[in-house]
Amino acid sequence: MKQKKQLRRLVAVLLAATLALAMAVGLAACGRKTDDTLSVRYLNFKPESAEKYQALAKLYEEQTGVKIIVETAANNTYEQTLAAKMATDEAPTLFQINGPRGYAAWKDYCADLKNTQLYQHLTDKSLAVTDGDKVVGIPYVVEGYGIIYNTAITDKYFALADKATPYTSMDQVNSFEKLKAVVEDMQKNAAALGIEGVFASTSLKSGEDWRWQTHLLNLPLYYEFQQGKLDLTDPKATEKISFSYATQFKNIFDLYIENSLTDRKLLGSKTVVDSMSEFALERCAMVQNGNWAWSQIKDVSGNKVKEENLRFMPIYTGVEGEEGQGLAVGTENFYAINSKASEEQQKAAADFIYWLYSSKDGKRYVTQELGFIAPFDTFSEGETPNDPLAREIARWMAMDQITAVPWNFTLFPSARFKEDFGASLLKYAQGGKTWEDVVRDMVAGWERESSAATL
Amino acid sequence: MYKQLNRWFPVFVLPTLAAFCVAFLVPFVMGVWLSFHRFTTVTNARFVGLENYVRAFTEDDGFLRALGFTAGFTAVSILTVNLLAFTLALLLTRRLRGTNILRSIFFMPNLIGGIVLGYVFSLLVNGLLAFWGVDITFSATYGFWGLVALNIWQLSGYMMVIYIAGLQNVPGELLEAAAIDGASAMTALRRVKIPLVMPSITICTFLTLTNSFKLFDQNLALTAGAPERQTQMLALDIYQSFYGRVGWQGVGQAKAVLFFLLVAALAALQLGLTRSREVDA
Repeated sequence: MKQKKQLRRLVAVLLAATLALAMAVGLAACGRKTDDTLSVRYLNFKPESAEKYQALAKLYEEQTGVKIIVETAANNTYEQTLAAKMATDEAPTLFQINGPRGYAAWKDYCADLKNTQLYQHLTDKSLAVTDGDKVVGIPYVVEGYGIIYNTAITDKYFALADKATPYTSMDQVNSFEKLKAVVEDMQKNAAALGIEGVFASTSLKSGEDWRWQTHLLNLPLYYEFQQGKLDLTDPKATEKISFSYATQFKNIFDLYIENSLTDRKLLGSKTVVDSMSEFALERCAMVQNGNWAWSQIKDVSGNKVKEENLRFMPIYTGVEGEEGQGLAVGTENFYAINSKASEEQQKAAADFIYWLYSSKDGKRYVTQELGFIAPFDTFSEGETPNDPLAREIARWMAMDQITAVPWNFTLFPSARFKEDFGASLLKYAQGGKTWEDVVRDMVAGWERESSAATL
Repeated sequence: MYKQLNRWFPVFVLPTLAAFCVAFLVPFVMGVWLSFHRFTTVTNARFVGLENYVRAFTEDDGFLRALGFTAGFTAVSILTVNLLAFTLALLLTRRLRGTNILRSIFFMPNLIGGIVLGYVFSLLVNGLLAFWGVDITFSATYGFWGLVALNIWQLSGYMMVIYIAGLQNVPGELLEAAAIDGASAMTALRRVKIPLVMPSITICTFLTLTNSFKLFDQNLALTAGAPERQTQMLALDIYQSFYGRVGWQGVGQAKAVLFFLLVAALAALQLGLTRSREVDA
């Protein structure tokens, strides 16, 4: 009996000891600093490129001995993941901010990158995110968006005997007025063209409406900022807006929702994937999106769109002189280096990104694997990605007399503003809200969110 | 006895206690602490006092509107879910043919994840509304009843199982005595069965109350607040304030603390009310 009791006591002590040990190990792990070997943690926000980054990290370690730990945030959870990771000992050394607004959130963590080699090679220094004298974000990819169209269908239209417009090619369509004429006539001849509507669904489901509340809204605001000659580096300058080009926004938005294969009342449950597959299956002829959409179009099963038939055209809205307007080209991907990491790690991170954008292997990854149009002078003319939409962007950027529209939506006050505007657009499309109310709410929302964000 | 308890405490209680602290108590206390701060990450927080709480109410009407919507939704859910579940339980304790299969079928919706269910229901509801040329984002009324339908579908089976267990525990001799005394089926139900399944009613109303109040996945997948945040429930509103604006994480946190207090108070009130009516056989 006594023996049994002792045994039990022994077991109890052992169990308690195991627990204590486990806790001690746990605590020690929490307090642990870095490994002996130098490593750089990178938080990637494009899940679709996760494997490519892993392979890249391996290659870099083979060549330099520096370990790159790539962690990837799940789709649309980058900000959340970053917030969670930053609080731990496994905080990323290298991460992205999405522009001046993103910088405001991560101010305390962004190191000055002015003296990094990569910044020296940035072709257009104005693209970087700056704070006074400091350079806090280096753009590493340029993207563009506009209206993507399928020449197989537009050419069929231009060959129609009874078409009502005088144009013979999309290249002649260089203003909203001409676009409207062509689109409306195409819609009339939809059956003859074998399509259900000219434009793909204007996806206005909550969370799927960024092509309108962010990308499309960029155009009228770009013109407004330009007209007001605002200094966009000054946060005070954009605290209030008047949405003076609202009519132009309405022009193109109405054209999208009236000449589409989906009834305007049913847009609230359409997603971006819906739109892209409608386009890929040639159920429609045009869709507004950016060069990243190529992979989506290509991967739709039963895709009918041929690579050589894809073209971009600028989003014309009816602004005077828009014949010279190009695609909307810019970026919301900026490298930032964690200022709270050790000097050594910060330098290792800077070395890594410089290697990626200057060495032969790195550059091959950038253009071929990641498919980035890189904004650095280390890339020569032939070193561009190989997909049809990226080539289209290069073509538009090289045109004389055409000015690209910058991405000013990095200045939009908050995610909340965009969500509200998207919801407002949906209500308008359904007929439950007048355009005047949409404009009024948008202007008020901008002001409210600006003051909320700059507490 | 106590000595015994003390001696075995480390073995039986400590592991659970440790897990409880790490996974529940610490995050909870930290959450309350953070609600008084302005922060981007939990390690760089600046004390701001009650500012977050003030802002939760003053900056916009989102929180109060969500509260109203959630309260309405919860009230309707408690009534409909429990009525339906109790009726099903009554039917399925009558030794009908296929009772077991039917019980399993009714229980199954509970095993499907909220996001998937929300998506399936959005297809169903939109398919139905398409006859009138609209979809669920068209009006808050559609969203409300869509959510209620989803909730009934998901929760009823689970509550039914609890009611069945309660009904099976009603002693046969009591029902027999009631029948001999000339009680009709209705009287037996009202005077014998319902008083005796009061404990089940307590549990079921508690579960429907808290589950409906805390609904998140289904709300996100079915309406995501459309139109214009009118169908946004409390949990979703908290999520949106946390991630919707830079520097507003603290406000989201403050709302979450208020949300906890509210659910706790309501649940305590409801438990008190229904418990007082429980009787022994």
